[in-house]
Amino acid sequence: MNIKKIKWNHYINYIVIGIFTVVLTVMSLNGPLNSSLLFLLEKVAISIILAVSLSLVVGFLGELSLGHAGFMCVGAYLGGKVSALLVPSLGNGIAAFLISLAVGAGVAALCGVIIGIPALRLRGDYLAIVTLAFGEIVKSVFQNTSKETFGGAIGLNTPRYDKKYLFIIAFTLVLVTLAIIQNFIRSKHGRAVTAIRDNEIAARATGINVTKYKLITFTLSATFAGIAGVLYSYSNYTVQSAKFGYNYSIEILVMVVLGGMGKINGSIIAATLITYLNTKLATVLTGDLAVLQNLFYALILIVIVIYNNAPALKQFRNRYDVSAILKKIFKHRSDPSHVKDDAQKWDVVPTKIEMNEVLSVDMVPPEMKDYNKGNGGKK
Amino acid sequence: MENYILETKDMGISFGGLKAAQNVNLRIKKNQIYGLIGPNGAGKTTVFNLLTGVYKPTAGTFYLDGEELKGLSQEKINQKGIARTFQNIRLFNNMTVVRNVMVGLHNNPQFKCSLWESLFRLPRHFRCEKEMRAKAKELLCIFDLEDERNNLACNLPYGKQRKLEIARALATDPKLLLLDEPAAGMNPHETEDLVRTIKLIRDRFDMTILLIEHDMKFVSGLCDEITVLNFGTVLTEGKTKEALSNPEVVRAYIGG
Amino acid sequence: MEFLSTLINGLSLGGRYAMIALGYTMVYGIAKMLNFAHGDIIMVGAYTIYIFMAMNQPLIAIIAAIFVCVLFGVLIEKIAYKPLRGASPLAVLITAIGVSYLLQSLAQIIFGSANKMVNGYEFGMVKFLGADIQVSELITLGAATAVMAALTLFVKYTRTGRAMIAVSEDKGAAQLMGINVNKIIMITFAIGSALAALAGLFYLFKSPSVSNNLGAMPGIKAFTAAVIGGIGSIPGAMLGGLLLGIIESVSYKISAIAPYTDAIEFFILIVILLIRPTGFLGKKRREKV
Repeated sequence: MNIKKIKWNHYINYIVIGIFTVVLTVMSLNGPLNSSLLFLLEKVAISIILAVSLSLVVGFLGELSLGHAGFMCVGAYLGGKVSALLVPSLGNGIAAFLISLAVGAGVAALCGVIIGIPALRLRGDYLAIVTLAFGEIVKSVFQNTSKETFGGAIGLNTPRYDKKYLFIIAFTLVLVTLAIIQNFIRSKHGRAVTAIRDNEIAARATGINVTKYKLITFTLSATFAGIAGVLYSYSNYTVQSAKFGYNYSIEILVMVVLGGMGKINGSIIAATLITYLNTKLATVLTGDLAVLQNLFYALILIVIVIYNNAPALKQFRNRYDVSAILKKIFKHRSDPSHVKDDAQKWDVVPTKIEMNEVLSVDMVPPEMKDYNKGNGGKK
Repeated sequence: MENYILETKDMGISFGGLKAAQNVNLRIKKNQIYGLIGPNGAGKTTVFNLLTGVYKPTAGTFYLDGEELKGLSQEKINQKGIARTFQNIRLFNNMTVVRNVMVGLHNNPQFKCSLWESLFRLPRHFRCEKEMRAKAKELLCIFDLEDERNNLACNLPYGKQRKLEIARALATDPKLLLLDEPAAGMNPHETEDLVRTIKLIRDRFDMTILLIEHDMKFVSGLCDEITVLNFGTVLTEGKTKEALSNPEVVRAYIGG
Repeated sequence: MEFLSTLINGLSLGGRYAMIALGYTMVYGIAKMLNFAHGDIIMVGAYTIYIFMAMNQPLIAIIAAIFVCVLFGVLIEKIAYKPLRGASPLAVLITAIGVSYLLQSLAQIIFGSANKMVNGYEFGMVKFLGADIQVSELITLGAATAVMAALTLFVKYTRTGRAMIAVSEDKGAAQLMGINVNKIIMITFAIGSALAALAGLFYLFKSPSVSNNLGAMPGIKAFTAAVIGGIGSIPGAMLGGLLLGIIESVSYKISAIAPYTDAIEFFILIVILLIRPTGFLGKKRREKV
């Protein structure tokens, strides 16, 4: 294994989040962090998990889910309930947390399967509306529960984990989420999912089991939304179904769109930014002004999507494509894909044609090139 | 029956009252390049759609290498060994060239790697990815697309997109390759190149090829046998030269 | 006569849904997009009526509401949706959601978050076969029926209406036949928005308070109605609207399931999409391979 082969851009997000967490942990050892900062950190972690898991469905499968908050809601209620039941006997420790995490994520995953089934038959607008309907159904069901079971309209009281260290758990979960989702995307299975997004008919004709992969993607996405929900129940005193409405799903969608569809790192940055802004703006924009924030989201959605997708702007986009320009500038210094492929070039048993090409490009002096090529053609 | 790679028996489909194809009987031997021709709307692509499971035949059936495939899903049929290209190119446009081919290798038993192995990055995942990439590159070399491997599929010129689609279909390791108007929209130079490529595929991969084409020069230069369709039924079949000189075929094309 | 009043309630509610659903279904049929912001046009209409009713102009209010809604509908189409024609459906859908969100937040900025009351459309009650029935319900039902009949005739017998059918069948072919597709899409949005304005008026008959999310829930439910009836089909939207209206009003009457009414309607939506995605009267479409 060559050290150059490591694709640093694949691992940069783990490293940044890891260092960030370690630094904060060290800081918290010297004395507890400011409680509002702690709360912000937990919220950021929850948002990142939500945005990355939604990005899996929207950016990689190419379907719109408007019920992501619904999966989170399931996780929050179930996780919160289980922890409320467990804490008296197990204590408010990591064991109770892990069990409620498993239950919350598990039930959310189950809901993901249930929503995944219509996803097999429907696409686009119809599927979006089904996910929206699902979110509303979940909200309405929890709203109408009795006071003893899930608290009904008042909400479910949850025991909070020791606030001092919850953010460490939260960021560990962020890393786990990232690892699993990125591993999925960067495997043959993830490739199958992007193939379905790009051209479902061709994917079927190429032997991809579309049904299976749509279900897997929805389930995976829902599982992590459920995990975010359990985290939420640990970070707050109460879980109220009204919080998990359509608007919250849209907020997560804004993060994904702002970060760039199909770009995990973008989703992470956008989730952090928007959560931070939300908290800061909440103190500045009070009363009717609070809605300015929503206006801002709406504009982000419209402007970014039109800019990125309008057929008329294609030339403009190509001319001012920042990443392409950067690539051009840094091409010689660092293009990991090139390094990797060159290293492998000699691993492959060269075929007839390839051998000729390799010779003609690399070893034959320029004046011999034409001759060699002609020869290859005749063969 | 055992001699034929593909055999269709009175295969047909009707949409409502419209009989898009009926009583289609194809018999294709191993290693043949077989042409399916006919005027526009004759039902050629419908036959392809029947063979690949996009439509289910409402009459008759078909066998691949003696195994009945009627009623299977598209992905199952592909896994059984029929791969195709499309009349209007259908690539995975936002994926790189090499990944397009790697999607084709997805079901290859050589590159088995379960979901869990991928999620937790077990050693088999890495081995599988590496081998898949190598195999994909090998295929791309044959099609002279190796230098384009890291470009997005949508940025390729037309002729190369066609070739990439064929490469992707071949990656699924089929017994029978269906090409839907492979030369459509190509200039003479590209067409010539394509003829060479198709022959190369047959020889190198021991492949049987069924293709739809309008370019008669292309067909007569390439196909061993052809079937001519008109109005959803078989007009004639046989050796390319003879079938093409059949007066009925001439009438179907020119009219009158 | 509990039953009769429930039925009339249901039918008038269904009439409102049908009018909104028509907007969805026509835009879907012709522009092939789910106009998420359609429900919020109702809200725009309701606020316009509120402004004019504050000046005590009930008739001008209605005309102004229609005018403003049409203006909004057409502008939204021009600014937000037209640039995306030919782009991926996902992009269009997200933009539409953005527009919906934008309208709601703009309304809140302009009018504040407190509900505004619109008074002046009181019609009282009548006794009919022993049941107390609100006159406003009857007006709604009558007006909705008239509008739907007019729309059906318009689509069937006018040049523009037939052009709309042509565009919904095949945009490219319609263009080749000399139909100005952009103009037809604009007209579709205009008609849909005008219907939404009327629906807004009928909502004010029922409950006289306006808020910035007035149209959100009715919008989604009306889309449900459009799907039940078969999206793209005008009679389907009417049928779906009336069915959904009756289901909703009956469900509200049964105390055991009343709190779950929304959930039930959405559940019906999911079930219908699963069993028969084309709804009752919709046409099946195959993607050509």
